[in-house]
Amino acid sequence: MSLQPSDVEKIAHLARLAVSEQDTPAYVRNLSNIIDLVGQMNAVDTTHVTPMAHPLDMAARLRPDAVTEINQRERFQAIAPEVDAGVYLVPKVIE
Amino acid sequence: MHTKTIAELSHALHKREISSVELTRTFIERIKRHNGALNAYVTVTEEQALAQARAADARLKKGEGGPLTGIPLAQKDIFCTQGVKTTCGSKMLDNFIAPYDATTVERFNHAGAVMLGKTNMDEFAMGSSNETSFYGPVKNPWDLSAVPGGSSGGSAAAVAARLAPAATSTDTGGSIRQPAALCGITGIKPTYGRVSRYGMIAFASSLDQGGPMARTAEDCALLLQAMAGFDARDSTSADRPVPSYSAALNDSIKGLKIGLPKEYFGAGLDKKMAQLIEAAIKEYEKLGATVQEISLPNTHLAVPVYYVIAPAECSSNLSRFDGVRFGYRCKAPKDLEDLYKRSRGEGFGAEVKRRIMVGTYVLSAGYYDAYYLKAQKLRRLISDDFKQAFSEVDVIMGPTAPTAAFNLGEKTDDPVTMYLSDIYTIAVNLAGLPAMSIPAGFIGQRPAGLQIIGNYFDEARLLNVAHQYQKVTDWHSRVPVGFE
Repeated sequence: MSLQPSDVEKIAHLARLAVSEQDTPAYVRNLSNIIDLVGQMNAVDTTHVTPMAHPLDMAARLRPDAVTEINQRERFQAIAPEVDAGVYLVPKVIE
Repeated sequence: MHTKTIAELSHALHKREISSVELTRTFIERIKRHNGALNAYVTVTEEQALAQARAADARLKKGEGGPLTGIPLAQKDIFCTQGVKTTCGSKMLDNFIAPYDATTVERFNHAGAVMLGKTNMDEFAMGSSNETSFYGPVKNPWDLSAVPGGSSGGSAAAVAARLAPAATSTDTGGSIRQPAALCGITGIKPTYGRVSRYGMIAFASSLDQGGPMARTAEDCALLLQAMAGFDARDSTSADRPVPSYSAALNDSIKGLKIGLPKEYFGAGLDKKMAQLIEAAIKEYEKLGATVQEISLPNTHLAVPVYYVIAPAECSSNLSRFDGVRFGYRCKAPKDLEDLYKRSRGEGFGAEVKRRIMVGTYVLSAGYYDAYYLKAQKLRRLISDDFKQAFSEVDVIMGPTAPTAAFNLGEKTDDPVTMYLSDIYTIAVNLAGLPAMSIPAGFIGQRPAGLQIIGNYFDEARLLNVAHQYQKVTDWHSRVPVGFE
């Protein structure tokens, strides 16, 4: 199966990735090759197979509903690109 | 000093024949001398290392400490280290200083080990040659025109060149075993859930597993002992006891049943590689093991299945890198969408973007059943193949990689060709099994690796089986020319 440039643009948008027009043909080619590779899966009938989501059959652990984390806002925000008065700054969203 | 194993160094440290400071200085000097040629380390933490070494010497002087106290190690740059840059081989995290330690790092610190620095790797562990790193490729110490393998290429090259006695590494589709094979060292990928993933930057969360790389199985046993065990901070950590890995090393392997999957010896396997693997199996027969052919009939599906599941999980995990809270942010974003798109577009390299896009595609509306669900069903079949095999044999053996190390640049143009170099390692991750790679000879001057796959939580047996081979062979003690 071959992807079109418009498919790559759509996927890149969904993934929130800026891809330049100049790079698009290479992504179309490479992604089409990868989709062809994974297409080999279709040769096998899996109608009655139970999907395997995880390598170990384990149930999720429960823990008491208690606060275990302490507030470390300053420490975490020290590595942020832009903060002010304890909040992360991004370009204006609401006019 | 630099050619000794951890077991030997530990003995010398405890007897006070050497100090950790001397040992650490030796390795720091070697890194300064050789890292320019290899690019194995991206960060060297000389000052912290010497401080840790002094603290280790103080413990040793009082007769305290364990087998890793005072032993210098390298950390793959995927493990978060508080106060030290953690880049994951990406421009996205070029400025990232982790606010906390990974559990693996914390455990080695607690054991008194000394961190020499952080090792180079494929960007976000996505690659088989270490060529996707933002910091440039690592060179193979056995031949500087060859790749070291990936994604733990920096760790493997550092250990092979004796720039560290051991290093940490991670394995999502072969990233411990394949570079260990290509660099002629010993590496073990434990059972999924055996080693905590807390603070280990996530690529594909149902496949990722950390483990050690060293020169010998005996050393890997000491390292895994420190790394393994339950961690409440990792929701998929296995809550079961950790056996003594060193205690089982010298057990006899008489009567050990080895299975050789016929699918691992077919087309695509280098002839010389096949001969070396057959010679290694003969050695095991001399040690009293019995060999039988087995079949893992869905082997050919492992690469296609992996390249649905791993990208799907990666596209989800890497959505956290958005240019808002940490990591790279683009210049002058015009709105929030532009901030997301350009920060990610500029911060990630080509291979990471490819995988995010493949993952986004296979999870998108209308394609989920055809790709993701289909892959999960085939994952079950691949896993069932191993279950069937382990009802007949104790361990499975075969080549780690189809060829010895390939040349730098040889496979960078076509991602699919690169993906196929992991054909023998990927199925193990899909099943969640433990597996090792140990040195088994050379093709020309480039090393070959024997892969040993075990049943769930059977790491002690794998290490025992590997150690018995290393007692009667010397492939693991060869040193690359120029690094003696």
